[in-house]
Amino acid sequence: MTGATARWINCAPEARQRVYFANHTSHLDFVVLWSVLPRHLRAQTRPVAAKDYWQSGLRRALAINVFNAVLVERSGTVKAERSGTGKAERSGTGKAERSGTGKVEPSETAKGDHSADGSDTERDRAEQIGTARHSLEVLLEALDARHSLIIFPEGTRGKGGPVGPFKSGLYYLWLKRPDVQFVPVYLANLNRVLPKGEVLPVPFISRVTFGPPLEPAAKQSKESFLKEARDALCALQQA
Amino acid sequence: MNFTLDKQMLWLVEGLMGGLIAASLIGFLLSRTAKSEGGKATVDNLNARLRAWWIMIGIFALAMIVGSTGALLLFAFISFLALREYVSLIPTVPADHRTLFWSFFVFTPLQYWILYRGWYGMASIMIPVYAFLFIPLRLVLSHETAGFLDRAARIHWGLMVCVYCLSYAPALLILDIPGYKHQSGKLLLFLVIVVQMSDVLQYIWGKLVGRRQIAPHVSPNKTWGGFLGGIASATLLGTALWWMTPFSPLTALWMSLLITLLGFAGGLIMSAIKRDRGVKDFGTTIQGHGGILDRVDSICFSAPVFFHVTRYILLTSHVRTP
Repeated sequence: MTGATARWINCAPEARQRVYFANHTSHLDFVVLWSVLPRHLRAQTRPVAAKDYWQSGLRRALAINVFNAVLVERSGTVKAERSGTGKAERSGTGKAERSGTGKVEPSETAKGDHSADGSDTERDRAEQIGTARHSLEVLLEALDARHSLIIFPEGTRGKGGPVGPFKSGLYYLWLKRPDVQFVPVYLANLNRVLPKGEVLPVPFISRVTFGPPLEPAAKQSKESFLKEARDALCALQQA
Repeated sequence: MNFTLDKQMLWLVEGLMGGLIAASLIGFLLSRTAKSEGGKATVDNLNARLRAWWIMIGIFALAMIVGSTGALLLFAFISFLALREYVSLIPTVPADHRTLFWSFFVFTPLQYWILYRGWYGMASIMIPVYAFLFIPLRLVLSHETAGFLDRAARIHWGLMVCVYCLSYAPALLILDIPGYKHQSGKLLLFLVIVVQMSDVLQYIWGKLVGRRQIAPHVSPNKTWGGFLGGIASATLLGTALWWMTPFSPLTALWMSLLITLLGFAGGLIMSAIKRDRGVKDFGTTIQGHGGILDRVDSICFSAPVFFHVTRYILLTSHVRTP
């Protein structure tokens, strides 16, 4: 349907552990990215998908049985702070933020918020951080099981325009598992196949471009790592 | 509108196979002798093209064995893929989405279904009239007016070239030519062989004696040598195939000249679109050739005229209805 063609630029489809991170414009993204991988890599590569969207019957069967997806909670379903955020990575972000700075104590979380009527909010935030931490653990578990992952660090589907800002989950994955290769993947034309809000697909030839794996300097700040990752992805847009 | 496989068709298939085997042998020998970097690249591309020809001829032969339904299905599928290559290259906006859906999943199958029913009158006006009026209507319902005329024109042009014009090739099968009953499959073969061989011969002549570019701004690979040599030799080939057509040898010559020239024009016009979009090929579907549209552009432009001229000179009033 999408007749996807894959290009590998300074990167080969090797059987080593990787995190493929891609721009996100369509529900078809992970399906297409996954399908252009050579067969022997597909079995060990698992897309990361949001549990709330992929939970219902058919979608769930598809996600789990066909693609062996890692389903994670989105953390922002209740709280304003993260509401509207899209995907698994986002959750990874929230939890990781805490664990990155040290322990995530519920007390620490609550610190900022002393108002009496804030107790509900506090509980919610603690819950969110709980889910987020849980999500990161799920991803790390998948990595420890020697699986590669496909993630969309923008967190939600864009409109096919410029690549959106990255959520920090990617950074925490790298922090925890620096030996894993982080490969940027640019997906072109998929938003035209199935734009946000449309149900019926139109056939366009899409292009999947794999770029050279990141070579991040050790001890980078979150901002500079995310900028490097995003720049690497944007560079493929022109390639 | 069905046709039978007769002895003449078998000769033709044998001839094609013989030619292809000979070409593959030459390609193999060249791959042994090519020394320079550039020479090697050319020979590699030649052999990739030859391998693709084996596959393309195989698929086409299979469709023809199935009969007119097979040929219609094959061309419908080619139209679909060609249109997909076209819209992938042409800028569209999200507001065009539903109109494009109609083009792919309603107008394309409808055109071939009408041909399947042998309804000549409708097949010749469905896209130029009904789709032409429907496309802007559907676009206006999307409430996006920016670039309106551009968007409507792009979509309609794609439907015209990739679906309407291409569908004239299998439309030859519904021509009921007096004294040529159940043989119209050979007319389709004649068109495809002459036009495609013209492309091949232009390529070969161009490699051998092509020096001066014919349209350097549009297509750097097209040369005067390739053009003149290719058109002349393909016209001779078409004339030599007069026995499989309802034409006299002289008519076959003029027909061959007509369709090879139109095929060349088609290649040039489609090149202009590619150049405008900054690409060399419409796709990568066929190894060595580029996309489907790169391969069928010459048929898109020669088939409609070939159909109508044939119809004009051989049929006075009756086109068979189912």
